[in-house]
Order: sequence, then C-alpha cells, then structure tokens
Amino acid sequence: MDKEKLNKDLFVPAKPDENESEQIQRPNLTYWQDAWRRLKTNKGAIFGLIVIVLIAVMSIIGPHFNDDGVDDQDLGLSKLPPRVQGLESIQWLRLDGTKTETYEAASVDAAKDRIRQRFTQRDDEFITYDVKREGDGSKDSAKVTGYYHIYEAKGLQDEYFWFGTDTLGRDLFTRTWYGTRISLLIAFVAAAIDMLIGVAYGGISGYFGGRTDNVMQRIIEILVGIPNLVVVILMIMILDPGIIAIIIALTITGWTGMARIVRGQVLKLKGQEFVLASRTLGSSHPRILSKHLIPNTLGMIIVNTMFTIPNAIFFEAFLSFIGLGLQPPDASLGTLINDGFKALQINPHIMIFPAIVISLIMIGFNILADGLRDALDPKMRE
Amino acid sequence: MARYILQRLGYMLLTLFLIATFSFFLMKMLPGSPMKAEEKLSEAQLEILYEKYNLDDPVPVQYINYLGNLVQGDLGVSFQLNNQPVTDLLASRIPVSAHLGFQAMILGTILGMLLGLVAAVRNNSWIDYTSNVISVIGISIPSFIFAGLLQYFVGVKLGLLPIAFWEGFKHTIMPTIALAIFPLAIAARFLRTEMIEVLGSDYIVTARAKGVTKGGIMFKHGLRNALIPLVTVMGPMAVSLMTGTLVIEQIFSIPGIGEQFVTSVTTNDFPVIMGTTLFFAFFFILIILVIDILYGIIDPRIRLAGGKD
Repeated sequence: MDKEKLNKDLFVPAKPDENESEQIQRPNLTYWQDAWRRLKTNKGAIFGLIVIVLIAVMSIIGPHFNDDGVDDQDLGLSKLPPRVQGLESIQWLRLDGTKTETYEAASVDAAKDRIRQRFTQRDDEFITYDVKREGDGSKDSAKVTGYYHIYEAKGLQDEYFWFGTDTLGRDLFTRTWYGTRISLLIAFVAAAIDMLIGVAYGGISGYFGGRTDNVMQRIIEILVGIPNLVVVILMIMILDPGIIAIIIALTITGWTGMARIVRGQVLKLKGQEFVLASRTLGSSHPRILSKHLIPNTLGMIIVNTMFTIPNAIFFEAFLSFIGLGLQPPDASLGTLINDGFKALQINPHIMIFPAIVISLIMIGFNILADGLRDALDPKMRE
Repeated sequence: MARYILQRLGYMLLTLFLIATFSFFLMKMLPGSPMKAEEKLSEAQLEILYEKYNLDDPVPVQYINYLGNLVQGDLGVSFQLNNQPVTDLLASRIPVSAHLGFQAMILGTILGMLLGLVAAVRNNSWIDYTSNVISVIGISIPSFIFAGLLQYFVGVKLGLLPIAFWEGFKHTIMPTIALAIFPLAIAARFLRTEMIEVLGSDYIVTARAKGVTKGGIMFKHGLRNALIPLVTVMGPMAVSLMTGTLVIEQIFSIPGIGEQFVTSVTTNDFPVIMGTTLFFAFFFILIILVIDILYGIIDPRIRLAGGKD
C-alpha cells in the first residue's frame, strides 16, 4: 500500500470506555478446548486419529461384511489369493485373484511346463502366459510369467475374497478384522489396568511422601530392574494361554511407568495453594487426591496411556509370534501374522494384510500420542 | 559417586536374587514335565529320572540347592540337550547374539545419527520430512514384520541374500538390518530434536558471532552437546535389541541366545529357561547402571540421586 495516500484524518483516537475494557473479547477456552485446538492444527496427529477410528470401526463391522465366519474352514478354498470387485483390472495391485509364478528355462515351452507343474494343472485352460524373453535353447534363456486364474479353475467366478483365504480356507478379511478386534481389546484393557494401578500407586506414593513414598519407590525400583519381556514370558507360561493371560502378563510390570509419572506430578502439585486451600476447608485425603491432584495430571496420564496402547499391541503380537500368545481358534493380529509367516514364501498375501493393519495401528497411535503430548503439555513441546 | 555405585550394585544383586527366586518358583508351578517323550516313560523310569535330576526333593531343598549352585556359577544342566551344562550353552550362544546385536546397534546408531543430523540442519525441508516419516515408521512397525518382508522380497523374490542360518557375513546382513531399524529410528528422532534445540541456544549464536565456520559450529559446538542426552535412549535400544533377538533369531534360524530361549520355553527346559532369564535380567540391569553412571560422568549438571535423596 502506498503510505502517502493515507490521510491523517482517517485516524481517530479510540475512546477509553470503562465498560468495554472489561469486556472479554475472545471466547473463554478451557484447557481441553485449548488442547483440541492445538491438536487440530497437527496434521499428523489428525491423520493418526482418523486411521485409528477407521480401523476401530472396521474391527467392529468388518467381520460381518460377508457370511464367512471367523473359523469357517473349507480346505477346497484354501490359499486363494485376494480378489476385489472393480480392482481386478489394475495389474500392480494384484487384487485380481490370480496366482503368479515366473520361471526361467531353456525354451518357452519348458518354462510353461514348469508353470503348469507348479500350479498342478494338466492344460492351459486357466493359465495365461506372458512371455518375457524368448529362449534360444541355452540354459535359462527363456523367461515366462504365468497367471493362474484359480477362482475360475475352482468354479468360483462369483466369489470374492477381498484379502484371500488362509491355509485352511478361512476368509482372511473376516479373520483380519476379527483379529484386530481382539488385539485392540487386549491393548485397551491392558492400558486401562496399567492406568488404574499406576495412577493409584503413584498418587498415593507422591501425596503421602515420607516413609510411605520411600518404601513404595524402592519396590518400583526393583520392579523396573526386571526386564518386562522376561516377566511377560514367564507369566504366560504358567497361566493358561488366552486373552486374560496376556492381559495379566502385560499389566504385571506395565504400570510402573505410569506410577512414576503420576508420582512426579503429584509431588510437584501437592505444595501448591489450591491443595492447601482444599485442606484448610477440611477435605479428606482421598478427596484432595481424586478431585484436585489427579485431574491436574490428566494430560500426562492420557499421553502416557496413548504410548502404552501400541506397546501392548506390539507385545501381544510378539508373544503370539513366538507361539506364546492366543491359541487357535482364537485369532489376533499376532497369530495371523505368525500363520502368514509360515506360508510367506509361496502365499505372501496371508501375512501382508494383517501386517499392514498392525503397522497402521502402531503408526496411528504413535503419531497421535506425539501430537497429544504437544497439545496437552505445551511446556514439553519439542 | 563410589557410594552411589555401591548402592546401585546392591540393588542389582537384590533384583537378580528376586528374579532367580521368582523364576524358580514359577518353574515349579508350571504344568507338564521337562522329560522328553514323557508319555512313553513308565512310572519307574520317571522316578529314576526325577531322582537323577534331584527333582524328587522337597521344593525348599531344591531351592536352597539351586541358590547354592547359582552362587558358585553353576546353572544346572539342560534336560533336553544331552545334559549339556547351561553355562556352556550360554557361552556358545551369547557370542552369536552379541555379534548380531552389536552390528545392528552400530549400523542403526550411525545411520540414525546421520539422518537426524541432516534433518536438524535442513529443518523443515523435504529431508527433514522424510527423516520424520522414517523414524515414525521405524518406531512403529515391529521388527518381525520388517524381517518377514525383507526375507520375502530380498531373500525369496530377488534371491540376493541367504534367508537363514549363520554361516558368514552374507548371512548376517538381513537380520542386522531388521534389528537395526528401531535403533536407527530412535537415534534419528532423538538427535534431531536435541540438535534443533542446541542450534537455537545462546552459545551457538556466540560462536557464530565470533566467526566460527559452519562446520565448526555444527560438529564442535552443536553435535557434541546434542550427543550427551543420546545416552538416555541406549536403554530402550538395549531392550529392543533383546526383544528383537528373540524373534529375529527365530525367523532367520540363527543359533543365538534368543532362539535358545524360545525353544527352551516350548520344551519346558527349566534350567535353560532360568539361566537365560537370569542372563537377560543381568544384561538389562547392567545396561541401566552403565547408562546412569555414564550420564553422571559426561554431564555433571545431572546430579546422581545419591546425595540427600
């Protein structure tokens, strides 16, 4: 803008008005509104939130998308590759319900023979070939990729298994979302129990201080020294394998982190005036703790819980992967990945889908927790 | 300082004692027996076997014997592997895992630090963005998924590297990469935040004002100070390497301590389970102790909790 064009007369001094100066100009934001406002500006955190909500919703409705039950086995339908309506024409997505194999041989015909053998087919009725390289008779000079239309071969033209089927012919779409449900359930319950024990322990330890605090902290110090991996595995061994056993194993040492954080916060807060005021007014200890101290540490508690959840999901998957987790017919993301891993070399789709879901959950929770930490505690902002 | 270390060592022994006790009684509560082909054995044979391994003594007597042997460095013999002493078993398995873990730690930390450094220097550029994405992915995705994908794409599809066993440098590449992802991610993320903070501090402005070169500022003044807190992430790294070895060794059939532990758990091989548990606990506690002491030495501003507390 051109400065010289501005006329001085345009400017009139503002009249001081007693009524107006006392007026509140902006809406009064509570701590939570303020945090939400900060969180909204964090694209990563919102992305994480959306991913988690979508996956959570799918874990509830996903298993009911088709009529296949979680444990409906049909060996005739085993190891079918994924096939999705409308996406069949997009080659690189590989959701067209074909199995692919590439062989090199001396001639094109020899390569085709090997492909037929691989798919145990007598003729070329359901196989289409893509000759990559014509052979000249020398070793491995010809290269042919064969596409085996297994859905047609089995007479399942109208059947669509979106994620394919596993080695026992169970629908992987249903199983993946069902497994997600179990994994999320375990993680949420474990995180909730961790939170309850940790907040109670840390709150009491910090609030009462002195000898109580000393004893309680020594106990924690010893517990923290034990690698939780070892405790979790030992606990799983003596409990009957199952959801409850995993939850117990995860919570038995998991609460110590939360207890330490809450204790630190309570120690910091308990000397402040509002606590003194409350005590002067005759509040009991439990009331001061639950109404004044804990609500003021809620931000930290939430952030810590958000980091506990992906950790619990990881540990569940880890235990299932080394064979100490859920036992069949129960399924979780960990057992699905474990099953898929056994068939990885020939049928990678069995592992890929549960692996994608668990990765998305972990990424979602981690970036949401990062965002929440920034939003709930601006002081800790990195 | 000496008092502090002594105090910590006392705690260490106490913790180890508790873990030994805890694992001993857990093993006694376990269902099933450690004998091979248990169903085929007659009562009399079982009795002989139990007597041989002193499993017919009352539990408190077994416990005292166990502790007595433990103090003398005897961890018992394996039930499954032809009475091999557990200490020998550990001695043959640990170097393999240590090799793998060390390689992964070095690779992960160096690459991670490079990534974090570049991201901090080029803050808010595409490199920074990529580095953030890599560290989120590395922290989030479990190492066994990485290992599975590597094995499938690099090992099976491309056939570049062997997919199993432990027979030479080539065999170590894929497990090392799979295991290095987490240290890499955590080092990158940590160094980036530290470096950005350090580069914004007053002494960097001073250094710039007195004409220190860019490289000098970056490495002499910046990196040195940003590296100090990196010691704190060694704890999570060590833990991740420990959990990592359990699955990674399983996936790549590496004869290390993790694979041994998982096998002993599935075969109820009590002495091996207890021995390995103790070793893991010892390793873990040692790392934490070293970190705390190191921290006090390299950054005197941090007072060790020895004094009045």
